[in-house]
Amino acid sequence: MREVLLVAAKDLRIELRSRVLLFQVAPFAVATLVLLGFALDADRSALRHFSAGLFWVAVLLTALLAAQRSVAVEHAGRAADALLLSATGPARIFAGKALALAAQLAALELLLGVAMVVLYDARIEHFGLAVASAAAATVGIAAAGTLYGVLAAPLGVRETLLPVLLLPVFAPVLIGATRAFGDALGTAAVNGWAWFGLLGLFALVYAVFGALAYGPLLEAET
Amino acid sequence: MSILLGRSPGRPTPEAAPAHTGSRTTRILGAVTLAGVVGLCLCAFIFSPPDSRPGPEAGTRIGQFDAVRLMYVHVPAAIWTYVALGTCAMASAVYLWRRSAWWDRLAHACAEIGVVLCAITLITGMIWGRPVWGTWWEWGDVRLVTTLVLFLVYAGYLAMRSVPAAPEARARRASILGLGGAVLIPIVNRSVEWWENRTLHQQSTLEELRIEDLTLFTLVLGIFVMGVLALWLAVHRFRLAWLEAEAESAGLRAALAERRAEAAEPAAPTAGSGEGTPSAGAAGS
Repeated sequence: MREVLLVAAKDLRIELRSRVLLFQVAPFAVATLVLLGFALDADRSALRHFSAGLFWVAVLLTALLAAQRSVAVEHAGRAADALLLSATGPARIFAGKALALAAQLAALELLLGVAMVVLYDARIEHFGLAVASAAAATVGIAAAGTLYGVLAAPLGVRETLLPVLLLPVFAPVLIGATRAFGDALGTAAVNGWAWFGLLGLFALVYAVFGALAYGPLLEAET
Repeated sequence: MSILLGRSPGRPTPEAAPAHTGSRTTRILGAVTLAGVVGLCLCAFIFSPPDSRPGPEAGTRIGQFDAVRLMYVHVPAAIWTYVALGTCAMASAVYLWRRSAWWDRLAHACAEIGVVLCAITLITGMIWGRPVWGTWWEWGDVRLVTTLVLFLVYAGYLAMRSVPAAPEARARRASILGLGGAVLIPIVNRSVEWWENRTLHQQSTLEELRIEDLTLFTLVLGIFVMGVLALWLAVHRFRLAWLEAEAESAGLRAALAERRAEAAEPAAPTAGSGEGTPSAGAAGS
């Protein structure tokens, strides 16, 4: 567990020092939310009705950038080799990187959540469901993003390839999180906790699959 | 294995490459496929009746009419999509275990066939949906949406394979993708049963034998013909991948031999040196 936290702390420290998340990814996230508002003709009632879906589309697009950034820091100067030489197991490296990505996504979701309330006039009716489903979705997105990020990282076309690989994989998260959030915001008459279960299953599957597959992928990279 | 490689008994090594993609087996498979396609066209378009039943009001007919003929391509394509992509996942898993290029190429060939069949499934489904459901696309249908996601996942797999990379590294990444995408196959296949209230797709007509006579025969024939066609294409694609890899390594070997020959040759005499005198560069090489 200590090694996992060390890897996560390393990634978060890099982000704090470079401030890419703050000055590039966060403005992109808010700009996406604003543009989606224009796409719906800035109709307040429509925006409120579709706020759950628009929020998660913005999160997933932002997650693409964050996942690319997460692997780019390892690729620069072949830092991944140093990470492997540290004798930390691939599963722990995966867990640490996924944890750091999840922490960054959680911060971005908080920012987007505030923007959603302000711009779309959304009201959270079931706070517990919103937090639980956001947590499960974030873990799933971070696990899948870390796995597919390292898959596309060494290839010269990762900026274009990663979205092609990752967006279809994110489809179940978008569906589940939109439904669960719809219930939490009172805009959809569904059982949000059932969709929370799906999000939890997705997170579990990708966390386990990622921990198992990360070793062969790191070997392929070196 | 020998069917896929098409190797003669004189080539005992499993890694030996075939000389070309055709063989006696593929020619037989091709002939069977051609005969099957002709038979299927005759059954589907001429012999089998359109789907038409008496309606609730006197003198009216209801049913899918001629649109039902699309089922003879749509259902077999869907079934063989599952088989091809399932084989891709299985071959990917075995590759990760055995690290043999044979399994990687099998996974690649099956993924390509699977993606093509999945596209055929989606396109024929949409053409069928327009007259029968009154729409090209229905977002509320779970099977339709999950099939599209399956198509996109394996299209991404092929996109990744098309990026130039070291063969070993590419194979390892592809096998992870091929294995990960397989999670969707049972979801797509069972979606009609699991989400009964969120689908326009009907339950399996084959399992309960709710269709009969010539319609059933044509559907079974379609499944057989599509299977032989998929196998024929997969064998050729596998051998093509093998030849591509052979050509790539042969090109590399030739380039290496050329460079070594250049290094071994004495350099051409320069203007300042006497004829036949080895140059300093050649001496130092």
